[in-house]
Amino acid sequence: MSSGEVQTAEYLQRRWLNIRKLLERSGPFCHPDFEPSAEILDFTMNSCKILIVGAGGLGCELLKDLALMGFKKIHIIDMDTIELSNLNRQFLFRKNDIGLSKAKCAVEFVNKRVPGCEATAHHCAIQDMDDGFYRQFHIVVCGLDSIVARRWLNGMLASLLQYNDDGSLDQSSVIPLVDGGTEGFKGNARVILPGMSACIECTLDLYPPQITFPLCTIANTPRLPEHCIEYVKVLQWSKENPWGNTIPLDGDDPHHVAWVLEKAQERAMKHGISGVTYRLTQGVLKNIIPAVASTNAVIAAACATEVFKLASSCCVNMNNYMVLNIADGVYTYTFSAERRADCVACSNSTKVMALESDATLQTIYTKLCEDQLFMMKSPGITTIINGRNKTLYMSSIKSIEERTRDNLKKKITDLGLYNGAEILVADVTTPNTITIKLNVIENLDVDMPS
Amino acid sequence: MASPSPKSPEQSEKNKQYDRQLRLWGDHGQIALEKGHICLINATALGTEILKSIVLPGVGAITIVDDCTVSEEDIGSNFFLETSSKGLNRGSETLRLILELNPAVQGHAVQEPTGQILQENPDFFKSFTVVIATALGEKTIKELSQHLWDINVTFVLGRSVGFLGSFRIQIKEHAIIESHPDNEQPDLRLDVPFPALSQYLDSIDIETLDLKDHGHIPWIVIIYKAVMKWQKIQNDNRWPMSRKEKNEVRDLIREFIRKDENGIPINEENFEEALRAVTTALCPTFLPVKIQDLIYCSAATNLTKESSPFWIMCSALRGFIEAEGKGKLPLRGVLPDMTASTEHYVKLQNIYRAQAAFEAEAVYRKVQEIINQLHCDCISEADVKLFCRHAHNLHLVRGSSIASEYQSGPVASYIARHLEEPDVMMVHYILLRASEMFRSEHSRAPGDWEPEGDIAILKACVSKLLTDVSCPPFPKDDHVHEMCRYGGAEIHSVSAFLGGCIAQEAIKIITKQYKPVNNLFVYDGASTNTATFTF
Ligand SMILES: [Zn+2]
Repeated sequence: MSSGEVQTAEYLQRRWLNIRKLLERSGPFCHPDFEPSAEILDFTMNSCKILIVGAGGLGCELLKDLALMGFKKIHIIDMDTIELSNLNRQFLFRKNDIGLSKAKCAVEFVNKRVPGCEATAHHCAIQDMDDGFYRQFHIVVCGLDSIVARRWLNGMLASLLQYNDDGSLDQSSVIPLVDGGTEGFKGNARVILPGMSACIECTLDLYPPQITFPLCTIANTPRLPEHCIEYVKVLQWSKENPWGNTIPLDGDDPHHVAWVLEKAQERAMKHGISGVTYRLTQGVLKNIIPAVASTNAVIAAACATEVFKLASSCCVNMNNYMVLNIADGVYTYTFSAERRADCVACSNSTKVMALESDATLQTIYTKLCEDQLFMMKSPGITTIINGRNKTLYMSSIKSIEERTRDNLKKKITDLGLYNGAEILVADVTTPNTITIKLNVIENLDVDMPS
Repeated sequence: MASPSPKSPEQSEKNKQYDRQLRLWGDHGQIALEKGHICLINATALGTEILKSIVLPGVGAITIVDDCTVSEEDIGSNFFLETSSKGLNRGSETLRLILELNPAVQGHAVQEPTGQILQENPDFFKSFTVVIATALGEKTIKELSQHLWDINVTFVLGRSVGFLGSFRIQIKEHAIIESHPDNEQPDLRLDVPFPALSQYLDSIDIETLDLKDHGHIPWIVIIYKAVMKWQKIQNDNRWPMSRKEKNEVRDLIREFIRKDENGIPINEENFEEALRAVTTALCPTFLPVKIQDLIYCSAATNLTKESSPFWIMCSALRGFIEAEGKGKLPLRGVLPDMTASTEHYVKLQNIYRAQAAFEAEAVYRKVQEIINQLHCDCISEADVKLFCRHAHNLHLVRGSSIASEYQSGPVASYIARHLEEPDVMMVHYILLRASEMFRSEHSRAPGDWEPEGDIAILKACVSKLLTDVSCPPFPKDDHVHEMCRYGGAEIHSVSAFLGGCIAQEAIKIITKQYKPVNNLFVYDGASTNTATFTF
């Protein structure tokens, strides 16, 4: 490459003329603060750092879209490797790439195709990176299929927020999060300004509840082919251990899938149930969500447009949540999702849990898992008593779980908790420990001494 | 320990690659897609983004028609071009790079201008399933759309300028058997039970069941029994219809729930489900007006040797409804999932399935009769079964030609109505049309060099269009100004949004599954707004 000094600066090149028209001209519908200039493209190219989370169906599209919208300093993070079933939509990968890092392959392809693009790959889990890593970015775009990972990332960006002495938000600490998700022909795209607009945790009720089959149905009264497959997965595998005691069921191993299929078909036959197929078996074992190139392209493009608006201020952002359905015509609906004043992730207020005085630790645990405000997966609960850390319950480590299991039945007062006491909660859905103040209400049934 | 050898065959390579989409349109949808041949006119960013999402899922073949040479702006917005592509034919370069996505797809590039093909070899377009065009001039739009309308080839016209975009689907007639509705009403026939169902329902006595069985009878039985009891109390064979009557049925269901020794109702999941299902289960069986219109329209009543299988099946369906069906569609034969013992559920499911097969067979016999009379091609029993299973949701699109948008008539008054509202999305459509008119008169996009100078000229184009639809001029110039600001720029993310949409529309049309847009879609990326209009 010849030195850039003698050539036209890249942001003035003809190649970018399409985008330059939008950035160097003003219009009647621009953002009120928008000042058209050539420097905006210079900023998006040479200063603005973007993180793409996920290099799958959405991530591949996002990387291409953003590279062609003039962004050069793009990082992309994904721990996954390429599989054959990705190739119907993850267009930066070929059959030769199967088994390689998605992030690395995607970056290599786009850097080669789009001259000047300086994308960087991180082949690791998002949890492997610390706050220092995330703090370097101007904007984060997220194209994940996991709700837990999305919540963790949201929590990370919320934890970077800083507040002034008067309690007001320090705007310079806000890193916008543009989030996309797809499932079959449906999708959504949203813009989150942590601490300012609704975040992922504020709107947990927008995620549909997971479909689970009750164990008694699977074991005793199967009706659907899915019930037969679940039976083999949940009960029969561990009983028969077909590949030996130490080998867990792997939905990606065709021999395992074939074994489950055969056993599930036997069970289905016995009960007169039809419809156990290879495709269904694999779908149930791996919890497969249908996916197609087009939906990912549309949602990623909507996210990329919002990133472009955020970086350039050329236009106001969507406010703030768009749903898409392309199964029946093409339908979109954009609405303003509302913040929760008591949001666990993005509010600066003290989190409070109301409890009756006869509540047990189990009551707290259940609230953490089922209350719309928390919806945690396996919360670990500790507290500080007389300046010392005390683990009340933790299920993630087996030895601690066994040691603390009995605490669940105990009344909170017997565990040294009282009105105003604080518990510290850790969970996979958040990078930080959450402090919750207990508000113990005297049980109204109790006879008050007169 | 030796590996237990699997008896079942592993999936084929292709099934694995397409697994995630086969779950949406099935193996038969994939077979149809692989027979499809798409023609793209002009490999712009929008054009290639469309192709990308059609090539990845494995369309049979693509042909790109493009006589442009690659410019630097093309390379800046079209991902399927390289720096080295500059100065080469745009279609050939794009084709080379897009075919890398899927070796199973066949590809061709044609370097002649579309206008010339229309003049010299109009039959060229006959071989395509769908023709898609982008960045087309006004004159070519009119000529091409008219020609494709005449030869009955589906046409999709895409536009992408600045934050704005649109696509218009021109299709004469499109019949969809598998429309995949989001919420399907179950077809239970509780109000008109067929003999096998009656027999089964009457064989159960809720009052005498032991507690375990009581908690395992399907809600269909519970609701049916409650209605029988309700009719007995009313001394009337009416079907409960009003909200009040349905609540009375609910009360009777609550009475069925067993009590423990303290008189407290036992929690029985199947009864809870029954209470929730009352509204859907009591919905009377009827022939939807939409289906009635379909089977009595002239295409279904005046069959010829050229009639499509769809119309032959519609005609047979009418025959069935008028005779054995006694005014009702053939039974769908799908039992919704519900809490029940395996025995009860499977038995009930088999009753519905057997009846559906029986009725589909009757329709199939009628199809065969018609085929024998007309001496036309066979229709398989599997196709007729599929048709009967989806008979409640058959969908027909009858479109209009794009050329009609350029003539006075019903389309013009439709546009005028939306402009009076005023509907900003229709204003966007007018501006996209006006800038095409500008381009045809000045050989460049409005605002291409600088925006201000072109505002007055573009405004004149807008006025001309508005006069054609008998509408007053726009009170403000803001949208005209915005269009001039765009200067004909094609923004990649806007084209990628529309590209994904158009690709899926083409797949819907090829596979004859899911409902396509009918028939104009407008997108504004600045306000994140979309709208659908039916011309
Ligand atoms: Zn929040």
